[in-house]
Amino acid sequence: MQRYSIFSLARHALAGHRNWQRAWRSPPLKEKYEVIIVGAGGHGLATAYYLAKNHGVTDVAVLERGWLGGGNVARNTVTVRSNYLRDESIPFYVKSVKLFEGLTRELNFNLMYSKRGMVDIVQTYPKLRNLRRRMLAMDIFGSTYKPMTVSEIRRRIPALTGGGTDSRLPIIAGMLHPDAAVSRHDAVAWGYARAADGRGVSIHEHTEVKSLRRGSDGAINGVETSRGEVAAEKVALAVSGHTTTLTETAGLRLPLRTFNLTAFVSEPVKPVINMIVNCPDLGVYLSQSDKGELIVGGAPDPGQSFRRDIKQTVFEDSVCAMLELFPAFKRLKLLRQWGGHLDFAHDASPIMSTTDVPGLFVSAGWWGGYKAIPAGGLTLAHLVATGEPHPLMAPFTLNRFRNLEFISETGTTAVF
Amino acid sequence: MLEIECPFCGSRDEREFVYGGPAGPRRPDDPEGVSDTGWVDRLIVPENPLGPVLEHWWHLRGCGEWVTIRRDTQTHETNEARREQCR
Amino acid sequence: MTGLRRLSEGGRIDRHRPVRFEFNGKNYAAFSGDTIASALLANGESLTARSFKLHRPRGIISAGIEEPGTIVELLDGDASANQPATIVQATDGLRIKSVGCWPSPKLDFGGINQLFASMLPAAFYYKTFFWPSWRLYEPLIRRAAGRAFAPRCPPDGGRYEARNWHCDVLVAGAGPAGLMAALTAARSGSRVLLADQGMEAGGSLLDQIVEIGGNSAEEWVADTVAELSAMENVVHLQNSLVWAYREHNLILVCERDLHREGILERNWRVRAKRVVIATGSTERMLVFPDNDRPGIMLASAVRSYVNRFAVRPGTRAVVVTNNDSAYSAIRDMLSAGIEVAAVVDSRESVSETVSRGTGGIELLSGHEIARVFGRRRVRGVSVMPIEGRGEQHIDCDLVAVSGGWNPSVQLWSQSRGALRYDEALAAFVPGKAAQPAVCAGAAAGDFTLEEAFMGGARVGANIIGEPELAHGMKIPAVDQEPPYRIQPIWHARSASVRPHSFVDILNDVTLQDLHIAMREGFRSVELMKRYTTAGMGMDQGRTGNMAVISAIADASRKSPGDVGVTTFRSPTAPVSFGSIAGIREASVALPYRHTPVTEWNIEQDAVMYEAGARWRRPGYFPRPGETMQDAVNREARAVRESVGVYDGSPLGTFEIKGKDAPRFLDMLYTSSFSELAVGQGRYGLMLSDDGLILDDGVSFRLGKYRYLASTSTAHADAVYRHMTKFLAIERPNWEVWIADLTSQWANATICGPLARKTLSALGTDIDISRKGFPFMALREGTVAGFPARVARVSFTGEVSFEINVRPRDMKALWAAVMEAGREFGITPVGSETSHVLRVEKGFLSTGHEVDGTVDPFDLGMGWVMSRKKSDFIGKRSVFLRRKSGKPRRRLVGLLTLDARRVLPEGAPITNGGRKEPTEGFVTASVWSAVNERSVALALLEDGRDQLGAEVHIRLPDEVIAATVTSPCFHDPEGKLLRG
Repeated sequence: MQRYSIFSLARHALAGHRNWQRAWRSPPLKEKYEVIIVGAGGHGLATAYYLAKNHGVTDVAVLERGWLGGGNVARNTVTVRSNYLRDESIPFYVKSVKLFEGLTRELNFNLMYSKRGMVDIVQTYPKLRNLRRRMLAMDIFGSTYKPMTVSEIRRRIPALTGGGTDSRLPIIAGMLHPDAAVSRHDAVAWGYARAADGRGVSIHEHTEVKSLRRGSDGAINGVETSRGEVAAEKVALAVSGHTTTLTETAGLRLPLRTFNLTAFVSEPVKPVINMIVNCPDLGVYLSQSDKGELIVGGAPDPGQSFRRDIKQTVFEDSVCAMLELFPAFKRLKLLRQWGGHLDFAHDASPIMSTTDVPGLFVSAGWWGGYKAIPAGGLTLAHLVATGEPHPLMAPFTLNRFRNLEFISETGTTAVF
Repeated sequence: MLEIECPFCGSRDEREFVYGGPAGPRRPDDPEGVSDTGWVDRLIVPENPLGPVLEHWWHLRGCGEWVTIRRDTQTHETNEARREQCR
Repeated sequence: MTGLRRLSEGGRIDRHRPVRFEFNGKNYAAFSGDTIASALLANGESLTARSFKLHRPRGIISAGIEEPGTIVELLDGDASANQPATIVQATDGLRIKSVGCWPSPKLDFGGINQLFASMLPAAFYYKTFFWPSWRLYEPLIRRAAGRAFAPRCPPDGGRYEARNWHCDVLVAGAGPAGLMAALTAARSGSRVLLADQGMEAGGSLLDQIVEIGGNSAEEWVADTVAELSAMENVVHLQNSLVWAYREHNLILVCERDLHREGILERNWRVRAKRVVIATGSTERMLVFPDNDRPGIMLASAVRSYVNRFAVRPGTRAVVVTNNDSAYSAIRDMLSAGIEVAAVVDSRESVSETVSRGTGGIELLSGHEIARVFGRRRVRGVSVMPIEGRGEQHIDCDLVAVSGGWNPSVQLWSQSRGALRYDEALAAFVPGKAAQPAVCAGAAAGDFTLEEAFMGGARVGANIIGEPELAHGMKIPAVDQEPPYRIQPIWHARSASVRPHSFVDILNDVTLQDLHIAMREGFRSVELMKRYTTAGMGMDQGRTGNMAVISAIADASRKSPGDVGVTTFRSPTAPVSFGSIAGIREASVALPYRHTPVTEWNIEQDAVMYEAGARWRRPGYFPRPGETMQDAVNREARAVRESVGVYDGSPLGTFEIKGKDAPRFLDMLYTSSFSELAVGQGRYGLMLSDDGLILDDGVSFRLGKYRYLASTSTAHADAVYRHMTKFLAIERPNWEVWIADLTSQWANATICGPLARKTLSALGTDIDISRKGFPFMALREGTVAGFPARVARVSFTGEVSFEINVRPRDMKALWAAVMEAGREFGITPVGSETSHVLRVEKGFLSTGHEVDGTVDPFDLGMGWVMSRKKSDFIGKRSVFLRRKSGKPRRRLVGLLTLDARRVLPEGAPITNGGRKEPTEGFVTASVWSAVNERSVALALLEDGRDQLGAEVHIRLPDEVIAATVTSPCFHDPEGKLLRG
């Protein structure tokens, strides 16, 4: 792997930039691999990297239907955080944040990881109680969350001029999560791809897996792709949104539904928000990219969808919510909006598991899966290499559904 | 924003409706007669097709009735709206 | 005079209406009808901007929304960031400045970046800024990027609105094809909405000088617009951007500058049966070294400035082209008195019909640009044959470039219509439709005027299903134009050799950058776009995207059609968030719900806040000098020692009736309601079918087939949905009718040892004796003269009468209650006190104690799980979940060893207070005034087996010990509430 640094940049500049090597190779597709990972997104590439790095498994093919990193790693709102509620979840996300923090150096690729902190703007007492409960639970596992007064919020986010005492939903407090960060999402995919490739993993773009193949013993023995059959005794799926589409080809049904979630960016402007701002009572969150665009996300669309789409009603709700707190953004312009699909388990928590099909592993149901990429890859690699769930993900196997033992992050009554 | 054909009110904007989840098979009259795995599957393993899915919508800001439509999850094409509710 | 370069006549500017505006602190004169760009050109300004990354000098490149060169920021009342100077109307008093340079484009300190340009290739930032940490560099990068400053709030009174609209045909674009299509459809009586982004209708006709049917194009446009405006079935919007095309033919249109109507912008949500996309086409830039120098413009822009704005953007021009359209531009330039020094055509030959009227101009066919001279303004170019050697220098101050045309297919593509690469046009054109939409005119690849008129009429007639109408339309007679021909040579050879050959001028992306990216393996067009940022700017790469696609095609020896385009996403051009939200702000976005007592509460200086489901309720009623805790203690003592009253109106209330109502309630709730006596009530939990708790409440039987069910405030809407859904989907044949009576009944609930005396003092014809009106009964009669339903439920643990009256009687009832209770010291209580009272009693609050997987047994409420019923919603799942035999968290009470210490709600309980996985958590915790100590409720693993044990609550820097108790701290036998 060609090392990147200011010196290599200078050297290449002198050579007219003619000698840059491929960030990852484009090797021929073999007939057989030890492990096939379906999906060259954040999770799939990270899994390949950790398989090679931590387990010495390098005979790995990552098969991608489209272009590398074209799924949700290209479509998210770039937030990394660990403010979760449950004992099962917090340690996993704490680990993921920790890995993210060292990733630029580890991968020798600038992810522009910017630990700028997140503020939850709280407007109702039930929400405040819920977040305080989170705060106390997070502390046990080494994640920080601290209360913030309204005046401190306003001092740190001057653009936040809405939510005053006379407003419809006055801001009553804030919660600061200093570990939260944003980073350059595409770079995560590229960085992992380059590093995995450097360790011998083969990445195959434009190689669509059409179906999973099972042997006479019922175990997985390969996949059928748009470029022919490829054999492997271990196949791991990291194909957010399309998990069931693939498992159903092996006769396996999973408790997942696919939804469309949208995000949008504003035109680029000079820095107006230096933190990640989350408004749980209004259902909108935003941050500003290094380019100056505000990146805004909201709620998923109602109804299952495999269509990367914009639902006008949902989008308008997000915009209205943002303007309630940031009325100055009325004159700011929408630049671009997009959708991405993700699969959603019954309890809205992820699934990382072996399945009823021996040799078939799934990592699915990620809801805000961007932040989970490093630890998700680390733990899936562990599961694939050893056959045993990694301790951090042990509660998240399919077994939990057998007795309807849900991991509910909302911590409230049943979700209607 | 979908345009949903309400069998009672005609074509209306999705804004008038509340999504009510995918339509499943009718709830068994005797849940105790269903195996544990059968019961769990019925509850939490929905159809997730790349194509038409049958789903419920509640016309809350209209006639208040529940309607069932068949909608394509890739194109949003809706070609059926009816009162009958189960798959 | 408004500038040396203004022509003395012609154009669509109003020379009688001069305006003055300020650009970068300097005043400029213009005419009404000018854009900022045309006015700056008229004033001889060529260096009008600096580029994003390299801070290279830039000028005006286009005459429309595709502008990649000069982006400005509008100040003051018109504030708007990042506007192309080419679409901002020059108005009197307007103040604008350039973005991305300081202090001005001419003296820009950021220009120093040009020295390091070779160190800043595409994606350089991924490869450096590691050491010691990105955090060190980020603030600088952020400040340098971002272009304009974010605008402030609109001025007072500046507002937005939305409008919903239905039509048979929406026509996007009022150029020749769009006008023709609108006219054809409208004449048949169809409801037509015609929307166009320009200030006036006409589209490309505004930029040309053509005769239509013997008259000027202006007259044809004016006549057509007049006919359309006279029709009642037509709505015609100008200055209105069709910005999104969503599913089910929902089209969004942003109508701008409605100052006359007192609004800034109006967003139209249009549901169109059919859509005609007549959005025209955009000219492409060619790629050669220094193709971004001020003075290098699109040929179509030169044509527009000359014809529409009567401005000469230069005096001596070189025209560079690979297609026929540039020759029309040459003829217009000549008419405007611009000397054309040479035509550099990359094609080997050009037919005479195309080059007619350009005689005398040196035609350098088979040539391309080798170099551009001049930094702050182009001074000349050198050209060379494509096959061969030898540069030839030509002096000029203007270079007009035409790289061919792209149909504007953004909307089409948003509709999910397919795109297909047309070899002859060397462009992507509409393919198969996905929704009822059709493209017409240049957007369909019909580039000549005659084709546009005919196509417009044909599409307008076909789309309403009456194709024969097209024959009845008079197609305006125009001069025969030769068909459009192009031979796409995308990049000059020199562009590959020399740096600074831009493919994306706005984002400073060069051909060299693309080559680096391809060398590194970023070969798909989407990866290329993301890695280099080509096409990611506000202009959406309109003038340069084909150059990117063709560069990939060339390198991978594919056709551009195989490379494909990147996804076109909404909006087609930036639109303000204000217009998207419309009037939905403050209480329009989040309406209040309030009870008839809200005003009274406010008069009492109650602290009011959101209490769920948009209800605004009193939290507590502080008296002067009281803290919140003082007030809550006083209110709580009043209820425990004398009498309190609260407004329970927001509780969800549903009347459920019909032959099958009894068994419906039996299915809905854990408890049994079918054998309940009339006039009696019962508590029940409502579960979801996966065995989780949805809600709780008391339901009364009003008659054999009539029940009154109450729900928690926050869940009333969701419960309504749950009930109607089960009925409609699972039991469609059951005869049950549900009426939502929430806020149809208002209630004052009086509670406390003196409640009965208070009710008696109020005056009622109901027998309120202990015997005559037992706990959990409901009676109808009058109270204080008002018809009332009185229920004996208790959420406080004291004797309680919930007096329900009509909302119109509530204010008077409330006054009567306060009057009658005065002698007993009646005290209004808020929700904080209600919380204390219910915690003291260990009563369930779904918002606190119900935590994801908790079931009724965990809450010690196994008694609500009726054993008589074979089935109710959730039963099967509750028992299935319990089969695993795993330990469960159960509801207990906690008493801190230090009685004064009130635990934080939500605090985790861990083994020995160590930082270990939790054993449970504090669900609710209050200061109990009657117990004179703190009390708490908690969910604790196997908690019911630990009564009397000591547990440890872990806080960040402290461990608090507490004793486990049963979850009730007041009147555990429940004698008082039955009293």
